Amino acid sequence: MSQAKVSYKPSEEVDFVIVGSGAAGGVLAKELSTNGFRVVVLEQGPYLTEADFAHDEIEVMLRHQLTNNPALQPNTFRKTAQDKAQQQYSVLYGRCVGGSSVHFTANFWRFHEIDFMEQSKVGDIPGAALVDWPIRYADLEPYYTKVEWEIGVSGLAGASPFDPPRSKPYPMPPLPVKGSGVMFERAARKLGYHPFPAPMAILSQPRAGRSACINCGFCLGFGCEVGAKSSSLAAAVPVAEATGRCEIRPNSYVHQIAVDKNRRVTGAVYFDSKGTAHLQKAKAVVLAANGAETPRLLLLSASPQFPNGLANSSGMVGKHLMTNSGAIAFGVFEEPLNDYKGFAVSRLFHDFYELDPEKVGFHGGGGIDARFDFTPSTFAMNGLPPDTPRWGKEFKKALHQNFTRTLELFCHGTSLPVESNSFSLDPDVKDAWGLPALRMTYRDHPDDLKLVSWMKDRAMELLDVAGAKTKWHSPIQETQFAVHLLGTCRMGNDPKTSVINPDHRTHDVSNLFLCDGSSLVTSGRGQPTMTIEALAFRAADRITALAKRGEIPG
Amino acid sequence: MKPFQAARRDFLLQAGGAAGAAWLSAQWPAVLSAAQHAHEATKSNASVKFEVLTPEQAKDVETIASQIIPTDDLPGAREAGVVYFIDRALKTFASDMVPAYQKGLADLTKLTAETYPGVESFAAATPEQQEKLMAEFAVELNPSGARPRRRMQLVSTDFVQSIWLHTVLGFLTDPERGGNRDYVGWKVIGRDPEHSFSPPFGYYDKDYPGWQAAPPNSEKK
Repeated sequence: MSQAKVSYKPSEEVDFVIVGSGAAGGVLAKELSTNGFRVVVLEQGPYLTEADFAHDEIEVMLRHQLTNNPALQPNTFRKTAQDKAQQQYSVLYGRCVGGSSVHFTANFWRFHEIDFMEQSKVGDIPGAALVDWPIRYADLEPYYTKVEWEIGVSGLAGASPFDPPRSKPYPMPPLPVKGSGVMFERAARKLGYHPFPAPMAILSQPRAGRSACINCGFCLGFGCEVGAKSSSLAAAVPVAEATGRCEIRPNSYVHQIAVDKNRRVTGAVYFDSKGTAHLQKAKAVVLAANGAETPRLLLLSASPQFPNGLANSSGMVGKHLMTNSGAIAFGVFEEPLNDYKGFAVSRLFHDFYELDPEKVGFHGGGGIDARFDFTPSTFAMNGLPPDTPRWGKEFKKALHQNFTRTLELFCHGTSLPVESNSFSLDPDVKDAWGLPALRMTYRDHPDDLKLVSWMKDRAMELLDVAGAKTKWHSPIQETQFAVHLLGTCRMGNDPKTSVINPDHRTHDVSNLFLCDGSSLVTSGRGQPTMTIEALAFRAADRITALAKRGEIPG
Repeated sequence: MKPFQAARRDFLLQAGGAAGAAWLSAQWPAVLSAAQHAHEATKSNASVKFEVLTPEQAKDVETIASQIIPTDDLPGAREAGVVYFIDRALKTFASDMVPAYQKGLADLTKLTAETYPGVESFAAATPEQQEKLMAEFAVELNPSGARPRRRMQLVSTDFVQSIWLHTVLGFLTDPERGGNRDYVGWKVIGRDPEHSFSPPFGYYDKDYPGWQAAPPNSEKK
């Protein structure tokens, strides 16, 4: 039975403060509060609900309703540490209760065994700091299953011969096939590949008081107005609040983790919506602020005791940023696909998950999915062939003919960890609260660009075989814009080379834990959120066990 | 065509199961209120006064929008009420663009007078003259190769880029925001205004036999 929503005073010491309510933070809040702990979740964005979500492209895209607003929180970009970073919109993440899980595409791929032990298998790669995870796929498998059943994933177990072992089928059948999926599946089979129904964190059947997907078509980038998308907002936060032990506190922008003389954290300092600073006291703190804001917060929390930033004795905070490489091929077909209806993706294949470097000449792997993720407006902006005029009769004719007949083949791939790719504090640019802006330093490992170029060629072949009348692809170019924010406080057994241990506890501070995209050691093949949530379920188990044994000194 | 409210109500009623019904009962007042507001706003466009643009500027803006998305055997920006959308945009989310619009429209008037002496405004030029002026004035809208991966340039201080963006938004966004009057933009591109859909969605999935495993001789490569 649901409890009344709880509210704590900042001066009241709770068991855990969780910073961030997204994919990881939402799951952690659900699990820790269910396990009996008193929890405050500090979320920098607003607490929107299903009633606030509409097919409003202006509110979502121009006014940043669900994401970080570069006017308030500018960021800077440079390719190398030798360059002067320029102010540039280079990072996008969810900034509302539920975080990026509110607006995501909802592709929920498990990582495969290779992703946890790639270095052991392939050895060192020049220019990359590739290392194994301290855990293996088998350690995470029970938690992938928890994500599928407790958060809600639709799919078909055993449909891909490349899938890793699983202990349970999906709780729901796959979402319906789209025209893009049919054309992709036919072409892929002709070429000997193994297409399968996409595992998606979207309900194909009503479940746990939530509606099934109604195929409205405003999915990627938008909040789901019927709760069918398995965001933390829809699937985790209500469970946490129903315990009567978890307070979600929105509009709370954490900018410092407080530390006592014993080098233990005492809580999180945040600005409320009026700009007033508060310290929320807690026995322990869990940062789940995403792979950009978690390292930024640690660096912002530098003090005489921690001159390089909190939990940064290794110097690894912010480093090894991975964003996942990608390319898109577009095809226009004779008859209407009407792929604007429904969610984005219905079919994909993983035949390229482990490519042989001897054969292809580079390291890495990936998957290709068939999709349509445009709104009517974004289609006019970015969905037409590159030689189409942008005004006049030909522009209108292209909109008229192509909107219902276009599909995309999205190539998702590895980003190799490179130490110099990083998030750090910009020395010059400040945000609207006067805090140093996030600075991104990034240059793709050469193999990442070779990988997406190679996959783009395979996607163009697929479009030929599928019978596309017209086809083209996005330019293959260096990354300067990141949505997947991975690897920046990576997990490891060695305090000299990693930031957190396999329990997600920082090596340096015994009551400070980190769990989000920053924890990842490798990038997988393009879809990290499923793994971030599985890690959060596992972290909650580990943290609960430590707390119950009295091993988290507050 | 179904009124907006009816389409949205139908989808909610079809959303299915106890969960859908529970959601509907909890949310319906808010949904209905928003839809009603939008419907009235859209309906009243024809009689509203411009809040930012002068009547002369409004004529030029409408003419530019009509060059970007012209009227032929299908409706264009004019029929979609794009000029009303733009005026509202300049009052609200694009208010910082008002100076750029003022200067851009003045520049266009000057270019028109210099190119065609005696023609007082862009809107007063002949369609052929307008097309030639547009080609010169909006040179940056020429095709420039494949667009980068999923990055829209939504913020621009440039008048031409902005009026192009606002025209596209006014033609294609959900009418709840005041453009795309009577769904004419969606009619042009073939988007059904219904709020929810059921499979089959299009031509190619209508006879899909269902997913089947690859034949046994299909080994992993």
